[in-house]
Amino acid sequence: MTHASPAPALELAGLKKTFGPIEIIRGIDLVIPTGERHAVIGPNGAGKSTLFHLISGQYRPSGGTIRLRDEDIAGLAPQLINRRGLSRSFQITNIFPRLSVWENIRCATLWAMGYRYAFWRNVERLADVRQRTEEILTEISLLDRWRAPAGVLTYAEQRALDIGIAIAGKPDILLLDEPTAGMSHAETERAVSLIRRVSEKRTLLMIEHDMGVVFDLADRISVLVYGKIIASDTPERVKANAAVQDAYLGTEGA
Amino acid sequence: MSRVSGSRVSAPSLNSGRVFTGTYGVWVAAAVVLVVLPQIFSSGLGLTTLSLMGMMIIFALSYNMLLGQTGLLSFGHAVFFGLGGFITVHMMNLVEADHVPLPLVVFPLIGGISGLVFGIIFGAVATRRAGTAFAMITLGIAELVASSALILRHAFGGEEGISTDRTDLVQPFGITFGPQLQVYYLIAAWCLASMAAMYALARTPFGRMCNAVRDNPERVRFIGYNTQTVRFMSFSLSGFFAGIAGGLIAINFELMSSTQLGAAQSGSVILMTYIGGVGEFIGPIIGAVLVTYLQVTLSDVTDVWELYFGLLFIGMVMFVPGGIAGLLMQQRPLLQGRQLHRVLPYYGLALLPGLAAILGLSLVIEMTNQLTVHASDGPAMVFFYVPFNANAPLPWLIAVILLAGGTWLFLCAARTTGHAYREALSAARMRRETA
Repeated sequence: MTHASPAPALELAGLKKTFGPIEIIRGIDLVIPTGERHAVIGPNGAGKSTLFHLISGQYRPSGGTIRLRDEDIAGLAPQLINRRGLSRSFQITNIFPRLSVWENIRCATLWAMGYRYAFWRNVERLADVRQRTEEILTEISLLDRWRAPAGVLTYAEQRALDIGIAIAGKPDILLLDEPTAGMSHAETERAVSLIRRVSEKRTLLMIEHDMGVVFDLADRISVLVYGKIIASDTPERVKANAAVQDAYLGTEGA
Repeated sequence: MSRVSGSRVSAPSLNSGRVFTGTYGVWVAAAVVLVVLPQIFSSGLGLTTLSLMGMMIIFALSYNMLLGQTGLLSFGHAVFFGLGGFITVHMMNLVEADHVPLPLVVFPLIGGISGLVFGIIFGAVATRRAGTAFAMITLGIAELVASSALILRHAFGGEEGISTDRTDLVQPFGITFGPQLQVYYLIAAWCLASMAAMYALARTPFGRMCNAVRDNPERVRFIGYNTQTVRFMSFSLSGFFAGIAGGLIAINFELMSSTQLGAAQSGSVILMTYIGGVGEFIGPIIGAVLVTYLQVTLSDVTDVWELYFGLLFIGMVMFVPGGIAGLLMQQRPLLQGRQLHRVLPYYGLALLPGLAAILGLSLVIEMTNQLTVHASDGPAMVFFYVPFNANAPLPWLIAVILLAGGTWLFLCAARTTGHAYREALSAARMRRETA
């Protein structure tokens, strides 16, 4: 098989995940071209987070393939997938609570900047790491909080930090799991502009419940219902899709 | 590391001269203290105690690389300490027999390398797991090594242990290492170097990732790191420093016995590290100094001194989880906001009934000890220079009053003190924000 166009950022084929007798992901085929902002929507329990866990290496697929720029990554350990340029945030805030905000971001830059397990270099004297850390903190608007332990930040700040940790290694592909969940209106607006900024020159795959956010940000939307994608198209066409309205949007009263 | 600060400060300035001269200043001061100490405590007991403290500082700091830095609770850290010591003793004897010109000063490094090698071997197994499973595996390794030590009499010398003579090696510059003072300076030099190395290690990319693994191992996997590799490296390197301490013990006592790698020694290092405080670099240093001092002095005063350690440990875990260093660090914001003088009287107020309660408890313990373990000696005893009969009702009444009354007053005072602390803290914060 030859590709005329460059390999897509992410390509899922026949992806399956079962927990015992229960099939959570029931054969997903999805192609996400490089540079696309792609949203996954679907009712609770549809398997959205499980899908993210499969792509990012948290879970091992029961079947099918996951290709990252034409390389099969299905079943690799999370750190191996991360080193190939795919990074993610979490639905439930997942940060280093006792480390300072500065340290949270700095730790997240180290592998990508080539310092790995170095135990012979003073981390305070790595000028490139320091510059990148400052850059990321500016990007997520937390530079003035750099000293604070991450655990004392407000919820919205922690969500921003979570995204900051995900982008600190400069990934090509970014997975965001419900980045605006539980936020106020104003906080959501700020989060959307942050996501817009950090997803520039990147491929973005996000799970989101807020339809306003989804239709605002996404180039394409996939609708996941009971472990299967029932539609994958532009926001306008997804909105108009009868099956989607029936299975998902209709029940929400949209 | 875990200091709360709401103040708005610009990003940390790199290579800011003050920070670095500050750090160097501390090390120079530490070196001066280590040089001067034997002039102050120049007695035989003073020198042996200081030597012991130096070795235990290295041992406790190496343990905190696991517990405080990486979040790994090991029950078998004395394995690396003991094996480091045994290999040092054997190497010393070999070198003496073969007349190899290897001076004594490098032998702690042999202990360190042995600790590192065994750290790599046992770490490869233990660090495959974290949390409770890791703790159980280290317990298993500790038992394995301790029982092997009793079986392999040739290598570990059975009950008597293996002895050596540190003065039989080549003696450059005419330093014999016969006198304890010379051995003290050898220990002090290795102690300073090890402290500096472990301090620096915590400030490397690897050291920071240890903290990240301690805080949230799951997330570490999603920023490119293998948590098992981080744990494995931390374990091996901490074995290296424990081995240095073991090598020094071998040189100091000119004897290694299997008790040095047993459960009691592993427990002792947990005690020191925890009592000193796992959250700060200086914690294990404080703990090693304090616990060693108590071990030396308490064992002279009472034969149930281990009971007091148990009580101290339980008390610390329950009421002061941050250890002594944590307690001291809590005063820092007050000091910076010039509010410390406001709470000091409260501390004194809480301390007095606290001491009374401890005195009462200690009296109960000692009288019980006199009437049971030492029943054949009769009830006459001396407690804090006061002679009395342990079977008379009055001392018991006094003990109970001290214990119950002291505890009650202490709890009242503690509540007031906590209140005063919080008030002073918010006052200190206000002051800093307006400044």
